[in-house]
Amino acid sequence: MMLLLQLFWEFFKTGLFAIGGGLATLPFLYDLADRTGWFTAQQLTDMIAVSESTPGPIGVNTASYVGFLTAGIPGSVIATLGLVTPSIIIILIIARFLTAFGENKYVKGAFYGLRPASTALIAAAGLSVAQVVFIGDTSSVFTFLDWRALILAAVLLVCTRWVPKVKDLHPIVFIAFSALVGIIFGFAA
Amino acid sequence: MLLLELFLTFAKVGVMTFGGGYAMLPILQREVVENKKWATDEELADYFAIGQCTPGVIAVNTATFIGRKTAGVPGGIIATLGVVFPSIVIITALAGVIQMFAENPIIRNAFAGIRVCVCVLILNSVIKLGKSSIKDMWTAGIFAIILLLAFFTNLSPIIFVLLAGVCGVVLKSLEAKKK
Repeated sequence: MMLLLQLFWEFFKTGLFAIGGGLATLPFLYDLADRTGWFTAQQLTDMIAVSESTPGPIGVNTASYVGFLTAGIPGSVIATLGLVTPSIIIILIIARFLTAFGENKYVKGAFYGLRPASTALIAAAGLSVAQVVFIGDTSSVFTFLDWRALILAAVLLVCTRWVPKVKDLHPIVFIAFSALVGIIFGFAA
Repeated sequence: MLLLELFLTFAKVGVMTFGGGYAMLPILQREVVENKKWATDEELADYFAIGQCTPGVIAVNTATFIGRKTAGVPGGIIATLGVVFPSIVIITALAGVIQMFAENPIIRNAFAGIRVCVCVLILNSVIKLGKSSIKDMWTAGIFAIILLLAFFTNLSPIIFVLLAGVCGVVLKSLEAKKK
């Protein structure tokens, strides 16, 4: 029981101080590994790789895994709840504020600037993924770009934007298709 | 009933998110904006901006916002529980074999393919969001500058969000004065 409370508290703190998305939780988790010995830094590093290969937000996946290592299934649930509790409280307060002041001209002005900024941050995150995906072996000009990945991206772009009917399919269809192409053509190699 | 619908929809979004919080955006646009009409593209952009500068996982923050807007405080809590539920189940189920899972060549190849798809889906989402957020020369300028800074520097997104908010207030005030 003590351990579960402690888990909740440690992940509550992580959720409270990690600003800017799931990856921002990692420094806090390395520190937690150091202080408590609940899990090792190596396990955490492995978990980052695993998080990228399972569905769900990386911060949440990592909390579930670390909680499981520490205290089994209850640990997994408690660590995740600890991580999201500060977010829920803070966002509910902000949402209340927005409902009350959403029509205020300063708040409206702020969002006029925030929306393109938010779009740009998402685009930048997409570019970072693209960098990893499309840049191949930088030792030669011929292998600099990963052609197979580029061809798949071109096909997907055409299918998701221009091909009638196909473009209205659920995004998960394209994700499944890409997974299949990745397996058939050995994309990770 | 609405709470159950919120939980199930966000659990579905959680299952379909591969590759971190941003990859959730295309799925949110489909499930929450187009299918359920619980939020608009503009609101999604707002939530992501606020999620960048408040603590916690962005996907969770966005779920709380949409849930609260749809069904009040209980809605916010239920939507958040929905979005994390699949993670808990999948990770706990895989915990014993998680090492093998990450090193399995089939899984690695599949995810290498999925990452390509995530790039394209994010591009599509950005185009959709851009249509509602980039309305004139000023907003186009803010988009371009922040895109360059965010990609080429390691500055915290909080700085960009705060700066853009201040720019927005100043630009709107100047515009009001002119009239």
